[in-house]
Amino acid sequence: VGVSRRRTERLVNLVLCLLSTRRFLTATQIARTVPGYEHDENDPREHEAFQRMFERDKAELRELGVPVETGTTSVFDTEPGYRVAERDYALPDIHLAPDEAAAVGLAARLWQSAGLASAASSALLKLRAAGMDVDPTATLGVEPVVAGEPAVDVLLAAVRARRGVRFDYRGSHDDEPVTRHLEPWGVVSWHGRWYVVGYDTDRGAQRSFRLSRVAGVVKPVGREGAYTLPDQLDLLGAVATFEGGSVDHGEAVVRVRPGAAAGLRRGAAAVEQSGDPHPDTPETWDAVTVGYRDPGALARRLAGYGGDVVVTGPPELRAAVVRHLRAVADR
Amino acid sequence: MSATDRLGRLLAVVPYLLARPGIRVADAAGDLGVTEQQLRDDLQLLFLCGLPGYGPGDLIDMVLDEETVTITFDAGMSRPLRLTADEALALVVALRALAEVPGMGGGGALERALAKLESAAGDAAAEAGRVSVRMDTDASVQGRTDGERLTVVRGAVDRGRALRITYYTAARDATTERVVDPIRVLLVEGRTYLEAWCRGAEAVRRFRLDRIDAATELDEPSAPPPGAGGGDVTGGVFQPEPGDPAVTLRLARRARWVAEYYPCEKAEEEPDGATIVTLRTGDLGWARRLVLGLGADAEVLDPPELADAVRSAAESALKYYPDQPV
Repeated sequence: VGVSRRRTERLVNLVLCLLSTRRFLTATQIARTVPGYEHDENDPREHEAFQRMFERDKAELRELGVPVETGTTSVFDTEPGYRVAERDYALPDIHLAPDEAAAVGLAARLWQSAGLASAASSALLKLRAAGMDVDPTATLGVEPVVAGEPAVDVLLAAVRARRGVRFDYRGSHDDEPVTRHLEPWGVVSWHGRWYVVGYDTDRGAQRSFRLSRVAGVVKPVGREGAYTLPDQLDLLGAVATFEGGSVDHGEAVVRVRPGAAAGLRRGAAAVEQSGDPHPDTPETWDAVTVGYRDPGALARRLAGYGGDVVVTGPPELRAAVVRHLRAVADR
Repeated sequence: MSATDRLGRLLAVVPYLLARPGIRVADAAGDLGVTEQQLRDDLQLLFLCGLPGYGPGDLIDMVLDEETVTITFDAGMSRPLRLTADEALALVVALRALAEVPGMGGGGALERALAKLESAAGDAAAEAGRVSVRMDTDASVQGRTDGERLTVVRGAVDRGRALRITYYTAARDATTERVVDPIRVLLVEGRTYLEAWCRGAEAVRRFRLDRIDAATELDEPSAPPPGAGGGDVTGGVFQPEPGDPAVTLRLARRARWVAEYYPCEKAEEEPDGATIVTLRTGDLGWARRLVLGLGADAEVLDPPELADAVRSAAESALKYYPDQPV
């Protein structure tokens, strides 16, 4: 029988003993009761070894979430005692309808590859132990999957503890990673990518960071409860602004060869026959109107169609497309 | 597995079995996420644990045979331990994030489950209440049309009916009509997909909901071949085929987003900040459009016919801009 098995057995017995007592039991009383703590109390070295062992066991139980209370039963007790109150220990009754259980299963699966996986599965284990049946494959009609991002759990723990973090970050314009300090407010999955939003203490302003650009690990720094969250917190909005770049709305008019550029036509505000003859075919150009929010992205897209799409206006867009095409032709 | 993990499991095993008298050991092991042998080891250990006195009437007792197990004395371990703050956080935050995703549906099950969990978790959940995870999806951006399409597509999945869809394929820049046998609806990395058997292609395809231009439920059953679909999509919805041609590009720093946006087989950085990426595409026309659009920021290193195609496309396109100064 291995040491760890004997230790596990002792810990289970300790939990049962502390749960079964109403009085606070002193370490000495526990040593005389729970198997595995037997020792000669009069031998200082043995007694010290027991005390170290008992401290470690208590710490392990508390780490697991067992609420070990410390106190004395009577004013005449000189030594502190320990007990576990059933009402603090036990998960309260929880009855979940089948679709609610499916929802919980879905929530746990969400973390499978995105941090928090072990916390989610141990939570599920406890709910099952409370009598809930979770079909691990049940869905609510839609099966959500998110990409793995190991930093998510560290960041969520930091948000929960209101603790700052430090990480090396390489922004889209940085050559080398730069160490950043952030008071994280929350984590966002935006367009399938993970971000953290918070107060950048180096820059003295709100900032968003894309987690895929974090080099190495995210480390918690400083004390817990170091900051408070802003009252009005729009995490999605913060990331959308961060990634949205220019918010230069507009409409472009382009000429499109008949039958070409299906993707452009799908999202178009209007498609009309222009009547202008196409120089190289017997057909006439179609006039297509497209709305845009990011002129740079639209220029890339229009240039991608080559001669199938010719920009009429606005002039800056027309110039940008020609610039793209010329750069390629001159290479 | 650590000793702490095992202890956590042991504290859950007794109440779990208590709630399910006569359960098959193999089924219990599957639910608890361990092998049958591990569970039998756990039970052997629990047999030796009990209440002070540790006599025959004090120890945890159970009827364990080849097949099944029934707890007959729980020694006071009738309920699982409360959720820790981390456990409550994991479930509460995920439920809340999912409940806010438009089109998730579920008839309020997410919200109801959330309320029950929050009340059962108590203080642990209160801490989780201060942590936000938000997920956006295409449905939240694109609004009503996609919402209606999602209703049609989910209806077909629920009722097990085939669908006729008009679908835009970005790789070929073409819209086609096809009949598909729906398998499931996926929400992967913020986008909604219909996974279905495409009768024309005779293969499983994942259709982006925002590229389904029309969908009609047919009066015939959805009949994908047995075993089709249901695969793991955590590595991405689109896995390039190994036989697809490889394209190697040199991307200037300004075009580094390409390496983050498209699944690349290789991405190596050069001393000057440029990145050399290799990606696979079933359609060189797609690659030509990508490179043309990147202009000065991308150079085709391989294959040479792509480099030629890109250059000649740019040259012939420039003929339509006679007024633009060189």
